[in-house]
Amino acid sequence: MNNREFIVRRIAQEFKDGDVVNLGVGMPTMAVDYIPANVHIMLQAENGILGVGPKATKAQENIDCIDSGGSYVTTMTGACYFDSVLSFSIIRGGHVDITVLGALEVDENGNLASWMIPGKKVPGMGGAMDLVVGAKRVIIAMDHVNKDGKPKILKNCKLPLTAVNVVKTIVTEMAVIDVIPGKGLMLSEIAPGLSVEDVQKATGAELLISPNLKAIAV
Amino acid sequence: MNNKLISAEDAVKKVKDGDTVMVGGFLAGGHPDHLVRALVETHSADNLSIISNDTGTTELSIYKLVKSGRVKRIYASYIGSNPETGRLLMTKEAEVSLFPQGTLAEKIRAGGAGLGGVLTPVGIGTIVEEGKRKIDIDGREYLLELPLKADVALIRAHKADEAGNLVINGSSRNFNFVMAMAADYVVAETDAYVKLGEIDPNHVNVPGIFIDAIVKVGDTHE
Repeated sequence: MNNREFIVRRIAQEFKDGDVVNLGVGMPTMAVDYIPANVHIMLQAENGILGVGPKATKAQENIDCIDSGGSYVTTMTGACYFDSVLSFSIIRGGHVDITVLGALEVDENGNLASWMIPGKKVPGMGGAMDLVVGAKRVIIAMDHVNKDGKPKILKNCKLPLTAVNVVKTIVTEMAVIDVIPGKGLMLSEIAPGLSVEDVQKATGAELLISPNLKAIAV
Repeated sequence: MNNKLISAEDAVKKVKDGDTVMVGGFLAGGHPDHLVRALVETHSADNLSIISNDTGTTELSIYKLVKSGRVKRIYASYIGSNPETGRLLMTKEAEVSLFPQGTLAEKIRAGGAGLGGVLTPVGIGTIVEEGKRKIDIDGREYLLELPLKADVALIRAHKADEAGNLVINGSSRNFNFVMAMAADYVVAETDAYVKLGEIDPNHVNVPGIFIDAIVKVGDTHE
């Protein structure tokens, strides 16, 4: 199992039956493949679908049914379509239970940086700012450290923020970390074979250790 | 009733130098490619401001429009799929303003709905708040986001009737509905064009009063 699969398998355990969920393009979207059979979620695509189904086959491809990454998708029974104003009313209005997004940096206050690297990469924030401010629970799916081996979980984000005080849970290939408002980052689960020291060494902020610390089981 | 059916070439002649043009669609979904192509290939209006969720992808006509040098200002939420928009932003050859997607939708809605602006918590604590008024409502901070309007909106639908009532299928509604409210002159390209009464009022997605011109681009007869 590679790191991405490990991360999204763990995230899929967070979904409860009936949840409205919005998954970011890329790794977060892979989580749908690992949802337990008895859990049924309503997947939202912010371009205007609630009840996104599996990817479309070649024969099913229809430009009027795409997800927010522009991929052709199908719809589940009971799905509905709407325009961008209504879609972001769902998002901003607190009607999305969980959103899962990637990140460049997360800090101990739950601040998130995910949308730009000044002077290098400015793809735009798209729907990410609305999603993390509006969703009831924000889960970050990301590698624990960046390509240079430097921590992405910090005391204070350095890159331009997507939003402040929004992240609830961070899932990486090393750990599950919960943001405890006013206290900091709580190490709740740890990947098999790693020690608390290993995780702390790869993290740029001090970790509180959960009294119920356990191994990630996926 | 005035006949709203015209050609793409005639429709885009409404765009004048210095105009603001809204372009509907989300990536390729609901993108009015025939109208944008006509604007690029048959018309020379310059110094344009474009309002588009994402300025499309490299396969769409809006990519050529952005590359034409005729676009001086762009308002969008995501531009990662159009590298030319990113280049204009980096080189400052055009003024590119980025807004959270829901904020962009609400700014356009405010423009079309007669509102003086909207208050949103999205963007607080980020560079999005720069230069904007912050207003406290019951202890929570909101940004005042001002309305966006356009001279011309180019949108796409599946079907129109003679009154301009539109049916838009699936996820192609996106910005096509709200942009229809927020421009002085609104052109919809459609696959099908039907007689008045042939669209069930229950199925109208966009009231025809918003629509000034229809350009039929498909071969669908219904």
